[in-house]
Amino acid sequence: MRLYVILLILMGTLFGVALMIGPAGIAPLDSLHALILGGDGPMTLVMREIRLPRALLALMIGAALGMSGAAMQGYLRNPLADPGLIGVSGSAALGAVIAIQTGIAATTTLALPVSALAGALIGVVLVLMLAGPRGGSLTLILAGIAISALAGALTSLVLNLSPNPFAANDIVFWMMGSLADRSMTHVWLALPLIVVGLGMLALMRRGLDALTLGEDAAQAMGINLVQLRLLLVFGTACVVGASTAVAGAIGFVGLVVPHMLRGWVGARPGRLLWASALGGAVMLLAADIVVRVILPMRDLKLGVVTALVGAPLFLHLIYRTRRGL
Amino acid sequence: MPRGVAPFMSGSMHSSRSILGFALTGGLLCCAPVIAADMARAEVPARVVSMNLCTDQLAMMLAAPGQLRSVSFLASDPRSSAMADEAKAYPANRGQAEEIYLMQPDLVVAGAYTSRATVALLQRLGVRVEIFAPVTALDDVPAQIARMGDVLGQQDKAAEVIATYEADLKAFQQESGRSPTAVLYEANGYTPGAQSLSGQILATAGFTNLANEAAYAWGGNMPLEVLVMKAPEAVITSRPYPGGSRAEDILSHPALRATQDRRADASVSDSDWVCGTPYVLRAVAQMVSLRHTLINGED
Repeated sequence: MRLYVILLILMGTLFGVALMIGPAGIAPLDSLHALILGGDGPMTLVMREIRLPRALLALMIGAALGMSGAAMQGYLRNPLADPGLIGVSGSAALGAVIAIQTGIAATTTLALPVSALAGALIGVVLVLMLAGPRGGSLTLILAGIAISALAGALTSLVLNLSPNPFAANDIVFWMMGSLADRSMTHVWLALPLIVVGLGMLALMRRGLDALTLGEDAAQAMGINLVQLRLLLVFGTACVVGASTAVAGAIGFVGLVVPHMLRGWVGARPGRLLWASALGGAVMLLAADIVVRVILPMRDLKLGVVTALVGAPLFLHLIYRTRRGL
Repeated sequence: MPRGVAPFMSGSMHSSRSILGFALTGGLLCCAPVIAADMARAEVPARVVSMNLCTDQLAMMLAAPGQLRSVSFLASDPRSSAMADEAKAYPANRGQAEEIYLMQPDLVVAGAYTSRATVALLQRLGVRVEIFAPVTALDDVPAQIARMGDVLGQQDKAAEVIATYEADLKAFQQESGRSPTAVLYEANGYTPGAQSLSGQILATAGFTNLANEAAYAWGGNMPLEVLVMKAPEAVITSRPYPGGSRAEDILSHPALRATQDRRADASVSDSDWVCGTPYVLRAVAQMVSLRHTLINGED
């Protein structure tokens, strides 16, 4: 319980800081005044239409990536699983790019997140099929590399074929992710699917705890393994699809956060779910503050910061589990 | 097969690399004297190929019938070329050394940003290449037109175009009245500075460019927050290309829309703004009418 309180306080603080940081250099008190009480000036516009959606998206997407990482690691009983690393985010980006470049995204509002969801779904199903039900480290990572590479190549292909000269520049955005200049439209676009996905993943709580005793024991305890698998697949596809559609593929959040919090929850994967959601929100809010402090006038990609934190940890985890490989 | 190409195809890895290196450095070093020497040669080229959007338009304006053999593929794209219709009458090239050489030109006109390797290769093959630097000031346009007239041997036609241009420009410079504030805003939040051609178009039309700090003097990315806080009276955005891109999403951001809604909305007609040709005056005229709308709206 104490962990949740600490994480909530951290999250609230960072959310406030995220609202007060920006290149426009508005005094903190003025910015909160403009955000809450409004007014006619441009300050209200900056707070409500630029900074608020950015902070909200960091919170939502961080929670989504954190929880999906915890759920995947719990289900596969493998600490190396992360939607970014195993190609689910990359496949979602491909889905989003196809929706934008074919013009479907412009016809219906929900076409963009739904297409990204479809991409994520294909990615997660392929990974689970290739890695097998137990998700051995070697097969999981190899399958992830293959799917990431293929999705990345196809994304580049689609963007290079685009009649839009700026589309090819967007490759960096889709591979590294960014929250710069997103609007409330993007919040409303991603929110429904993220809420539904988080709900599905949260339902896995009891099943994941039981699964630590092995599949037979879990079944004996009345856990429906097929249902658990479907919750993982659809829940992950929903949250990763919606997140990637509006912010690009941000890696390593789902890897780092569960790893850091595992000790705090007594290594129970069920309890780790919500803790990782809060932790993911904290990590992404912090990362988005860092990119704005380091290069306030330019759009440093979020994935750069999360990878700088996450990649060394990933190497460490590989080193530790190499006997299992 | 022309002699110059042979080493590229038959030489060993080592020798072909050193020859390429020679071609590149040679191309960079020898340009200036070659241009000077060629200017003195007052012959009229009969087969001219243009490889750059801006030289395309100047050449189409000045060349005698049959003199210009090909223009770049961008010249027929109405989004970037002010002479897209005229350009359809010419075969298009994509700036590859091979296709240019096969057209057997006696003069190639290229931009400063045309691939140096391509230009160097053409020069090694004995083709005369004239390089035109981009124009960054309205006052530099006449010199650019005059130079194109010289290399094409069409000095009289160039003088006519220059006279019209200078008279029209002078008319705009007599504009008076209040100077409304404005910002030019493009994909990724890029804003051309006061030192750019676009910045000069805006200034000549009587606007005060709010991208006036040092950081934006030569153009730079202005965060949307900064733009909204500056609250300019007009935000002139570039027209998005088809296909969609995240880089251009910023042009439809609700905060930008709200800034524009309160004031005047105007879209840049990109093709008139791109090159240092007389068409920049159409862009100035467009901005002058926007300015009049803004000022009259107050009465």
